[in-house]
Amino acid sequence: MDGFPLLSLTTFLPLVGVAFILMVRGDEDIVARNSRYAALWTSLVTFALSLFIWFNFDHGTSDFQFVEKAAWLPRFDVSYHLGVDGISMLFVLLSTFLTPICVLASWKAVTSRVREYMIAFLVLETMMIGTFVALDFVLFYIFFEGVLIPMFIIIGVWGGPRRVYSAFKFFLYTLAGSVLLLVAILVMYFQADTTDIPTLLVTDIAPHLQPWLWLALLASFAVKLPMWPVHTWLPDAHVEAPTAGSVILAGVLLKMGGYGFLRFSVPMLPLATDQFTPLIYALSIIAIIYTSLVALAQEDMKKLIAYSSVAHMGFVTIGIFSLTDHGIQGAIFQMLSHGIISAALFLCVGVVYDRVHSREIADYGGLVERMPKYAFVFMIFMLGSVGLPGTSGFIGEFLVLLGAFQDNTWVAFLASTGIILGAAYMLYLYRRVIFGKLEKENLKKLLDLEPREVAVMVPLVLLVLWMGIYPMPFLDVFDASVANLIEGYEGALAASQGVSVAGR
Amino acid sequence: MYALVVFLPLIGSIIAGFGGRRLGDRGAQLATVIPMLAAAILSIVIFFDVALGGNPQTIELFRWIDVGALQLNWAIRLDTLSAVMIGVVCVVSSMIHVYSIGYMAHDSSVPRFMSYLSLFTFFMLTLVTADNFVQMFFGWEGVGLASYLLIGFWFGRPTANAAAIKAFVVNRVGDFGFLLGILGVFFAFGTLDFDPVFEATPNLVGENFNFIGMDVDILTTLCLLLFVGAMGKSAQIGLHTWLPDAMEGPTPVSALIHAATMVTAGVFMVARLSPMYEFAPIALTVIVFIGATTAIFAATVGLTQNDIKRVIAYSTCSQLGYMFFALGVSAYGAAIFHLMTHAFFKALLFLGAGSVIHGMHDEQDMRKMGGLFSKMKVTAFVMWIGSLALAGVPFFAGFWSKDIILEAAFAAHTGMGNYAFWLGIVAALLTAFYSWRLLFMTFNGPTRADPSVYEHAHESPPVMLIPLVVLALGAIFAGWLGFEYFVGHEREHFWGESLFVLPIHDTIEAAHHAPKWVKLLPVIVAVVGIVMAFFAYIMVPNLPGIIAARLKAIYLFLLNKWYFDELYDRLFVRPAFYLGHGLWKSGDGELIDGVGPDGVAAAARNLAGRAGRLQSGFLYHYAFVMLIGLVVLVSWYLFAQQG
Repeated sequence: MDGFPLLSLTTFLPLVGVAFILMVRGDEDIVARNSRYAALWTSLVTFALSLFIWFNFDHGTSDFQFVEKAAWLPRFDVSYHLGVDGISMLFVLLSTFLTPICVLASWKAVTSRVREYMIAFLVLETMMIGTFVALDFVLFYIFFEGVLIPMFIIIGVWGGPRRVYSAFKFFLYTLAGSVLLLVAILVMYFQADTTDIPTLLVTDIAPHLQPWLWLALLASFAVKLPMWPVHTWLPDAHVEAPTAGSVILAGVLLKMGGYGFLRFSVPMLPLATDQFTPLIYALSIIAIIYTSLVALAQEDMKKLIAYSSVAHMGFVTIGIFSLTDHGIQGAIFQMLSHGIISAALFLCVGVVYDRVHSREIADYGGLVERMPKYAFVFMIFMLGSVGLPGTSGFIGEFLVLLGAFQDNTWVAFLASTGIILGAAYMLYLYRRVIFGKLEKENLKKLLDLEPREVAVMVPLVLLVLWMGIYPMPFLDVFDASVANLIEGYEGALAASQGVSVAGR
Repeated sequence: MYALVVFLPLIGSIIAGFGGRRLGDRGAQLATVIPMLAAAILSIVIFFDVALGGNPQTIELFRWIDVGALQLNWAIRLDTLSAVMIGVVCVVSSMIHVYSIGYMAHDSSVPRFMSYLSLFTFFMLTLVTADNFVQMFFGWEGVGLASYLLIGFWFGRPTANAAAIKAFVVNRVGDFGFLLGILGVFFAFGTLDFDPVFEATPNLVGENFNFIGMDVDILTTLCLLLFVGAMGKSAQIGLHTWLPDAMEGPTPVSALIHAATMVTAGVFMVARLSPMYEFAPIALTVIVFIGATTAIFAATVGLTQNDIKRVIAYSTCSQLGYMFFALGVSAYGAAIFHLMTHAFFKALLFLGAGSVIHGMHDEQDMRKMGGLFSKMKVTAFVMWIGSLALAGVPFFAGFWSKDIILEAAFAAHTGMGNYAFWLGIVAALLTAFYSWRLLFMTFNGPTRADPSVYEHAHESPPVMLIPLVVLALGAIFAGWLGFEYFVGHEREHFWGESLFVLPIHDTIEAAHHAPKWVKLLPVIVAVVGIVMAFFAYIMVPNLPGIIAARLKAIYLFLLNKWYFDELYDRLFVRPAFYLGHGLWKSGDGELIDGVGPDGVAAAARNLAGRAGRLQSGFLYHYAFVMLIGLVVLVSWYLFAQQG
């Protein structure tokens, strides 16, 4: 595969699909149908390509692989530089896996401006993949922020009644973070004279700058993740977004925050990371307990799942900043697992929303009588969200807690309360929607999952179980990279302590 | 080959679960019952080979998690302890599968029920054959899931749904402790496999570590945390509230999960971890206290309940208390012995109760029964056997196992041991009393049932009676057959390395030398309890009413189950919802959004409004502003020049 630009191809293939869709001519029905098929095939081929990355990925090394580099702005030492390591590789797969699912999920739900909708999704896919494969800070920034535009449009055009408020809230929150990210990039550029990420990873950034840079990065990543207290855009965005928008938002976009911490904050600013770990712990624990309690009180299905996402992301930040191999691997695994499970839960909401056009929990009840298949898949994802052993949710949470316990027992203790609250709000949701007597007239004629929906759900069910029962193929991918990350971090800390001791 | 015993039920469950509609009810029943019977036969083979033949082994399946120092396999550990558990689980489960064919015949979702039952059995078997803490946790949560599904099996009933959630969440509270215990074990030992942990345990005696800000003894803390998990699963006082409510599930479920197998998982766990608990004497003392207190607490509540299944549920809770204080005085063999005999007679009692309920067309209130003896003789007969075994009347199964527990508690010669002994004696009296209260209220005296119901009351079909008879045989002979192996002279050879007792803790040996009166007392109180019940419910039937009226406060306290549910509702459930709502509306809505995005947006709008007003359109306004600006600029420039 040497020399073959696999990553560029994967990243930009969706744009080829966009070109196809733009060329479609004819009346509205034909355009809509062709756009759907073009988007589906493009995303499927992209997914197939990304599988090559997985199959040819070398687990043994923490180096960047499939690297492509070309000069872009040589005067400023900004280059077009792509590559993946263990930390980023599976996120690429997550993006390419979820996109065709989103296209399928929108097959019937979206009827207006189908062409534009599909274009938005394919552009979004390029941006997502680009974010995870970019090895230049400027390139990263372009993709990272570029994601906002299609997402903003998806929420703002195909969203629910309060879509404009939500879209703006989403945009402003994330933009506020991005401005500081840009400042941080500039400062780092002046420190290292390059924006090349592999170079920055081995550059020692001046200790007095680290806290400021770290906080600037935090502003951006914390909003994306989202961490408490900058999470309030998420419930609104989810509620108003169309189903597939929620899927991508929960499935991939939130992970960019966690990825940012792992790619930039921790390895580039180790001293500040060490210094601010208590802050992250505190915010994460608040996130877990606070949002779990809030989830318990929700009356809107999507809001409930959105709040549960904030709680689950709390586990991710705890895992990353425990800076143990279990914690970080658990955090990455938790992100992947949450990417699947929360995406699937939003799809589940979408299934009934398409039929009943309500997200209010109180409008449902007793669905299992009419929709046993639906009840089954919803149950699997509910259990995954609860973190039942045997599902992917357990592995991530367990490893995170294992790492946290080694670092700080208080953190493990308080975070573990999340497993009680998580069970409470998810089971309570499931009971009100699925169980009970089927009494509402409009629910009595519901049809169970149709073949298209089964095709969407089955891969997700299988993945949740696979990742829970035999997670090794996933854990192996990031083993070496995480080990390298921790080694570098500890080395930097030891060196700085050595300096301060010597200075005395 | 032996691995099949675990996977046969899973295969049955999958076939019945996914193919149920195509197979039909009969097909689903066959698809689950046949693998289950095969597993039962295999379990007996395993018992003979592994336990009696002294041939322990571990079958490793494949690598589960391998991260850093943490390496876990899916494995099947077969030693005497797990062989006993496999035998109990498979035999009882297969009988209950057969029974369910008859009991659930008229239900609309037979395949789903059979699938759940088999799924439960699979999880229970992975639990008892676990080779490491995490696989045990997998089975542990898995049986919780199956229990949740089966309690809420009749999803149309709000009470069933509430009970199902309660069971899962209360168990999760226990699992919170269990999980922290597992994390702590890894922290202290660097591994989660049983054998290396057990080997390293003696090295950690007396070592301390910092846990949530306290400097505490490692082994004691870990054992207590793990015990919290056991308390949840085995419904010990404090975390018991889910078990009585779990009776919302179909009766075969109560028999299998909430009497014979799942609720004993906590007992099994402590026994499995005996090499750790033996070095944590404080934890053992706590276990004795919790066990003995549960035994007496549940027995007192059992006195006043009117639902036939709830009486048996509290009785289960109480008997689990016995098992726990046996564990606490290091009589692990006695605890497992009682677990085994209890599985037979308590499953028998539940299935008998199910037979009554079935025959009475879903009536569970004993106040609407009575006089059923003539209608269902076989059921009445086996219920008597079950009660005789439960009360510990000689030579039924419970007699052997309960006596050795009480003797071991006495022989421990500790303050806590005496506490357990005397409470255990009182609880034994109460046990006999409420058991015969149940029998008399159900089968004897003039009937209080609706005449039409009574008219149609009938004995159950053979497919339900055969399992009853099989279990009745167990309730008669299991104690007598097992005594020598489990707690008698053969015990050391029988248990091999699967249980660990420090020589100074060998209370079972001491129990054999207990004074005569200690051995006789449990039997005496059992007989006294039966006679009292006879007096109160046959001779002078209005006596209980008079006593209840006289001691109204105590009666209400017991009838309302010591007000645990009300307390928890006020303490946890309502505050959680209240807090959640408050944090959502005030925290997120007013504070974060109010100050954050909405506040900023409002401020921006406000500012823009003011700026807009500046544009008045009058030329002299603009000129004036420009002039002022010029003046400011010039003066600033001049000042800067001077500075």
